[in-house]
Amino acid sequence: MTIEKLNVNDDINSAESDALVESEDNSDDQVKQKNSVVTNNLFVYFNKRPAIIDISVKIKKNSVTAVIGPSGCGKSTFLRSLNMMHEMTPSAKVFGEIYINGESIMNFNMVDLRKKVGMVFQKPNPFPTMSIFDNVAAGFKLDGSGNKNELNEIVEKNLINAGLWDEVKDRLKTPALSLSGGQQQRLCIARTIAVNPEIVLMDEPTSALDPVSSSKIEELIYRLKSEFTIIIVTHNMQQAARVSDQTAFFYLGKLIEISRTRKMFTNPKEKLTEEYITGKFG
Amino acid sequence: MTAEKIFKNPKNLKRRKFINSLMIFLCFVAAVLTILPLLYIFIYTTQSGISALNIDFFTQLPKPVGEEGGGMANAIVGSGILIGLGGLIGIPIGIMSGIYIAEYSKSFLAGAIKFTTDVLSGVPSIVVGIFAYGVVVLAMQSFSAIAGGFALGILMIPTVTKITEEMLRLVPHSLREASLALGVSRWKTTVKVVLKTASSGIITGVLLAIARAAGETAPLLFTAFGNSFWQTSIDQPIAALPLQIFVYAISPYEDWHRQAWAGAFVLIFMVFIVNFLVRYVTRNKFG
Repeated sequence: MTIEKLNVNDDINSAESDALVESEDNSDDQVKQKNSVVTNNLFVYFNKRPAIIDISVKIKKNSVTAVIGPSGCGKSTFLRSLNMMHEMTPSAKVFGEIYINGESIMNFNMVDLRKKVGMVFQKPNPFPTMSIFDNVAAGFKLDGSGNKNELNEIVEKNLINAGLWDEVKDRLKTPALSLSGGQQQRLCIARTIAVNPEIVLMDEPTSALDPVSSSKIEELIYRLKSEFTIIIVTHNMQQAARVSDQTAFFYLGKLIEISRTRKMFTNPKEKLTEEYITGKFG
Repeated sequence: MTAEKIFKNPKNLKRRKFINSLMIFLCFVAAVLTILPLLYIFIYTTQSGISALNIDFFTQLPKPVGEEGGGMANAIVGSGILIGLGGLIGIPIGIMSGIYIAEYSKSFLAGAIKFTTDVLSGVPSIVVGIFAYGVVVLAMQSFSAIAGGFALGILMIPTVTKITEEMLRLVPHSLREASLALGVSRWKTTVKVVLKTASSGIITGVLLAIARAAGETAPLLFTAFGNSFWQTSIDQPIAALPLQIFVYAISPYEDWHRQAWAGAFVLIFMVFIVNFLVRYVTRNKFG
């Protein structure tokens, strides 16, 4: 059922596919304004060893970008540089430019940036000391903002949005850890979108989940596209093909190819990409 | 020999089963041996102490030798004050240094603090008492509750620091990231997520440190000093249960011996209550 729906979407996309490809004559500023995320010559080093090398991408508003590549190719490193998660790791050094909605991330402080650029992690990580309700409201409660009525509204809205409301509406006060893994992951998505970010980064959000839970998350990603710009790292190429508008292929820290998903999976530009997606290596 | 052969060989199997049960039995004996002294102390103290225990014991001051009755009210209150002061000094410093080591310092300073903490936890308590004498008593020109609390506080620090650090390290890194990724600042993450997740473990550690400090005698000898009268101002010598027990127990009077037993019973009972509190707090946790 899901797949059918997504295929329909793909066809629509191909009709307007040209719009997704950047025309080259735009001036630099316009490019930054038009796109949700722009990176120019991005390098990340861990202890002087390069993890990603010279990554330049443009990611459109309200699109889903899949990042694929073998383990250790820098997908997660790329993702985590977008919300300055590397600040937690003293050995990490980030060089290059990153623009979020036209503004350099150097102009943000970390707290404000992360409110704009949310993140969903590989393993569901709800706060174990909090109830389901408090987990969704965590972005506000931990920050000490939001009054009770507002929070009730926010929690309901985002649980509905994450497709979890019907399953948990009778037990909002129970511990978040009482949920199943797939539910926990949707809870984490609800928690992330509750603070109303513009961009949602997802680091292999379904790799710890069973196929049914995964397909629910994929549907969710498809639905959330209208409100957020989504960048998703995945090891599952079918998943990349199903949910994304454009796909970036990373190999050994370098961006080998970034193009429309349909094109990438039917007629890739690079030989390496073709070998990877057909399973010749990786 | 393959695994199958070993499994099919009945003689070998018998031997292995025997050794297995023997080892389990030895573990059982060891477990019983650890309980026995505690049971013995508890029963013996109860038997000897409970006869001298009455309302007066909790409400009256000690009487001079030869007079009947009297109690240890001042010592019970004094112990409470000393532990309170000790906790006021030891718990915040312990928890904060634990947070610093586990969360904020990746440098050699953390290693130095950890090493110092380990050494400090091995320093005999009487040495800590002498230190408090040198630092507080000499400076104030008087024995005092402050000096006693200071000594107890220093004794609490290593325990609390170590437990806090260990409990914080048990909090998965992913929770810190989850909070930071929501745009929650670092210090709020530390306090409201990390510390809160680790809180039941830290509370256990704090209560154990308190229980330990409650029974300390040596560091109080030349700091709190003891007092036979009501004294609640913290800049004066103050009575404490362990001190009172010590003084009564080495006296030659039968009457005082019984009171010492009663004091020991009350002290053990107080530690027991703290321990039950530990169980209650840790069991009553979310998730």
